[in-house]
This record gives sequence, C-alpha cells and structure tokens, in this order.
Amino acid sequence: MLRVIGKRIALLIPTLFGLSVLLFLWVRSLPGGPATALLGEKATPEAVARVNELYGFDRPLLTQYFTYIGKLLQGDFGVSINTGRPVLEEFATRFPATVELTIVALIFAIGIGVPLGYAAARHYGRFVDHSSVVLSLIGITVPVFFLAFIFKYLFAIQWSILPPDGRQNPRINATHFTDFYVLDGLLTGEWDAAWDAFLHLILPGLALGTIPLAIIVRITRASVLETQNADYVRTARAKGLLERTIRGRFILRNAMLPVVTTIGLQLGLLISGAVLTETVFAFNGIGRFLRDAIFGLDYPVLQGFIIFIAILYAIINLLVDISYSIIDPRVRVQ
Amino acid sequence: MSAILPPAVGGSAAPTDPAIETGGGTGLWKDAFLRLRRNPQAIAGAVIIGLFLLVALLAPILAPYGGNELPGRTEITPTTIPGPGEIGGYPLGLDRFGGDLLSKLIWGAQASLLIGVVSTALGLAGGMLLGVLAGGFGGWVDNVIMRFVDILLSVPNLLLAVSIAAILGQSPYAIMIAIGVSQIPIFARLLRSSMLSQRGSDYILAAQTLGLSRGTITMSHLLPNSMGPVIVQATLTLATAVIDAAALSFLGLGGGLPQAAEWGRMLTYAQAELSIAPQLAFLPGACIAITALGFTLLGESLREALDPKTRQK
Repeated sequence: MLRVIGKRIALLIPTLFGLSVLLFLWVRSLPGGPATALLGEKATPEAVARVNELYGFDRPLLTQYFTYIGKLLQGDFGVSINTGRPVLEEFATRFPATVELTIVALIFAIGIGVPLGYAAARHYGRFVDHSSVVLSLIGITVPVFFLAFIFKYLFAIQWSILPPDGRQNPRINATHFTDFYVLDGLLTGEWDAAWDAFLHLILPGLALGTIPLAIIVRITRASVLETQNADYVRTARAKGLLERTIRGRFILRNAMLPVVTTIGLQLGLLISGAVLTETVFAFNGIGRFLRDAIFGLDYPVLQGFIIFIAILYAIINLLVDISYSIIDPRVRVQ
Repeated sequence: MSAILPPAVGGSAAPTDPAIETGGGTGLWKDAFLRLRRNPQAIAGAVIIGLFLLVALLAPILAPYGGNELPGRTEITPTTIPGPGEIGGYPLGLDRFGGDLLSKLIWGAQASLLIGVVSTALGLAGGMLLGVLAGGFGGWVDNVIMRFVDILLSVPNLLLAVSIAAILGQSPYAIMIAIGVSQIPIFARLLRSSMLSQRGSDYILAAQTLGLSRGTITMSHLLPNSMGPVIVQATLTLATAVIDAAALSFLGLGGGLPQAAEWGRMLTYAQAELSIAPQLAFLPGACIAITALGFTLLGESLREALDPKTRQK
C-alpha cells in the first residue's frame, strides 16, 4: 500500500511542475502584464516600473520562475490584491465554510442518489426507474445557479422557512474557533448557533448537491443493472442464499466500485458549483471569495487556488484508490 | 460489423426495409440515423434545438425590440417592475433596466447558441488536432501531449475557462474562446483512447500490409472509425457549453452593456429583484435549462444509436 501511495505521489510531481509553469506564464500573459494586474489599469508608468523592480518582474523570465517556485515550495502563495492579506491565510479562514457546504451536498447526493439508483435498477423499466432517469436529466441540464435561485425563491422568499443567505444569523453571538460553524456550535454547546448554521447550509447544500446527485443516480443504476445479472449472483441464488445477503454483499458491494470513482471525480464540479451557489446565497466560503477574485482579477488568489485544487484533486483520487481495496479485496491482491 | 448488414450490402440484393432502400447499405452513420428517427427522445431533443435555432435565426423578425434597447425605461420604479401581461406592448413585462423581457429572451437565444456552437467547434477542432497527433503517432509525441492534457484536466473546467477569459479581457469572444479551450483536453483524451482501441484492428493491419503510409492510415482509416464517441461527446458538450457560457456571464465576465441580452447576464441582474419579479430569473433560467436538455437528449440518443451493443435491436 505504501509503495502505491509513493508511486502516485511521484506521478503527481511532473503534473504539478507543468501546472506551475503554465500558471507562471498565465500571469505574465495577463493584459498589461503582472504589474498592471497588481495595480489596476489606471496605474502610472512610474508606479508600474516601481512594482516591476520590487517584485522582480523586470528580471529574466527563468530567474523569475525560480523565485516563484522557491516561494511556492515554502508555502508562500503571495498576497491577495483585493484584501492585502496572504492568500493562504484567506483560504484557511474560508475553506471550512466550503467544506461544510460540500459535505452537506455530498451527503444529500449520496444519500438519495445511491438508494434511488439501486431502486431504479431493481425495478428496471418501472415507475421508479423512469422517474430516476428524468430526475438525473434535470440535474444535468438545469444550471446550478438557476436551481439556487429557484430554491431561494421558494423556500426563503415565498414560504420563509429557511434563511435566504449568509452562514449564520449575525444576531446569534456565536463563538468560533474552528470556523466550521456547525462544529463550533456543537463543541461549545451553543445548540442554537449550531442549528442556525445548519439551517443556513440546507438550501445551498441542496442546490450544490443536485449535480453529483444526478450523476450518482445514473452510475449506480447502470452499475447495479450490470452486476445483478452477473454469473456469481445467479450462483448465489442457486445456492439458496438469503435475498438480503445477495443484494447487500453481492450486488451492492460489487456495484459500488464505479460509484466511488465517480464520487471522487465530482470534486471539480463541486468547486465550480460552489463558486456559483455561494454567490447566489451570499455564503462566505472559498467559492464566493474566488468569484471576487475573478471579478477583481486577483491573480495571486486564482493562481494559489488552482495549485491548491490540483493537489486536493490528487489527494482525493488517491483516497478513492485506497477505498477500492476496502470495498473490493481483489484490487488489493493485484 | 453488424447483423443488419447482409442483405443490403452494395445495394445488389433487394432490400426488405423500405427505409434502407435509398442508400447502398447501412453504414454505421446511416444506421444510427435510422435509429435516431425512431427514438422519441431524439426527436424531442431535435425539436427543442430546432425551435431555439429558428428563434435565434429569426430574432430580428421575431423580437419586438432590439437586444440592448430600453423601450420601457419610464415604466419602471425601484420597487415595481411590470410583470407578464401587466403592461400593454410588453407581453412578458419589463426587466430592471426597462428592456422588453420577451425581446431579450429571443436575442439571448442567439447569443447563447452562438457561444455554444462556436466554442464547441473550437474545442472539437483543438481536441481533435491533439488527439490525432497523440493517437496517430504515439511515442514521445503522445507522451508530451497527454501530460499537457493531464495538467489542464487537473484544473476544474470552469476555473480553467475563467483563467483563459482573464487573459483575453472582457468580451463575448473571450467567453467563446475560453470555453472552447477548456474543452480541448476532454476531446483530445477521448479521441486518443478511441484511436488506440482501433489500432489493433484487422483493417488497420490490412492497410499496413498494403504498404499505406502512416499518415494515410491515421487520417483515412483510424480517424473516421474513431469519431463516434467524439461526436457523441460534442453533442453533449454543446449542453455544457451553453450552461458554462451562462455561468461565466452570470459571474460578470464577457463585458458589454449590463443590459445585454444574454441569458446568464439576465440572471445576474435578476438576483436583486427575486422577491418582486421572480420571472426575471425564472424565464432566462428555463431557457438555458431547456436548450441544455435538447442537446443532452440528442447526444444521449446518438450515443445509444452508435453503441454496437444495442445496434442489432
């Protein structure tokens, strides 16, 4: 297992190296160059020259690249133009919000998606099956930000049963030490605060969860359809095993492999979706911060975030691979 | 290749199925087309896309007002925006700026479909170029290209598009190019793997035995036979391109006037009026979703039609 992990990390290095070169070149090709990107378009030539000297943008490209990568390796992602604070610090304060949101979205997507996909395959061609197909089509074709609007309008404006925006009611004077608001509330025993933070997570979580939901339903359905007709399932039936055992340990467990892979691959979609949903719900996470960075062309933030996501992506895919060997011991043998 | 082939090959035998009569045999594409015609899902998709395409093309005739015109500027107040049927001359009411909602939806169809089609064409062309180079030549060319594709795939699609749009500045063309380029890696990888799977086929071996050059084999044998999955993906990508284009302009990229007739942009400005004029968000949103649905239905029935596993039926 350790060797597999080591090999995966070794494979990651060239990708990250290439990404760092691309990102480096990307900043240099922004309109007006990096100094203008830092100062804005109305910067005077003197100011541009001063920034060029200060940051070394006037030095040869290769020297600049090595300075950049050196800093990156020390965990220095630069300073946000919009807020003036180090990029990594900004991420650290906002990331928990997005993680909370993503967890809710994934719980929703997996909790509904896997049983629904399973039921659709069991009752192939019947009502459950047809409605699962329709549901997943809707999930794929309705833009996540539009869905967010619909939820917000219905649940927050029309029926007023859930809060329309934010992470927590500002009137609740909650203590925060982990920045995971729900967890904070639970740890400090401030139940109101935890409950309120949770209520704020429902609408954006549902909106964000719909895309992975649609995909999970589909993959589960297809995968169960394939496994339930496998020879070993027939053999198990012939042996007279309990139907419950056959379904749980033979069909579902074997059908889960592609589902787990798919869940791991949803990260990119979830991050893009978070940018959009957090914008609609004024949810102060990394997605909304990123949207502001896009607007203000805050390139150190965008640059840092892309590297951060690439690493996260790789870690999650590694975890997915490791989880294979738990679900399917045959993978471990090979 | 299929059980359907025998009687009709070469057009010599008398075909029994009248639908096959016109051609000399059922090739992969012809068969796919015949099956598409019988699939209600495909027809629904084609009708949706056909309607939107028609609206987009006839926008100058159909739309009562221009896309950027604000004919009802004097009819709106900060707290009231006339909704559908509430004011004469504007069947769907006005928007925040005083534009005619119906006209803007019609012009928006033009903008969205144009962005979707152009960007997908761009992504397809770029992806095919890289895919052919990688899949046709193999070796170090393949290695270099696929590592590059891996790097691009390690960035979420929307972020990649945003980064490219940032270089190109604020314009609708920037969105087209950005979305197009962000699709290149998917097409490249798909075409390459499709070509690799064909490489060991007997007909390729036959072509090699005949002494055909590598270029000829790649371009006239390998490529045409590997296009199936790519074309399916392109149809499905049209749906994501329309959604992504709306997402980018929803986030404020793409430049132009704030009142520009573009579905994603209309949603941006509908945000603040959600409680007094929800139709400003719902109608453009529904347009995006229905267009995407049309392309998805079409793409998925095409996938089914081209799938050799289900072809015989």
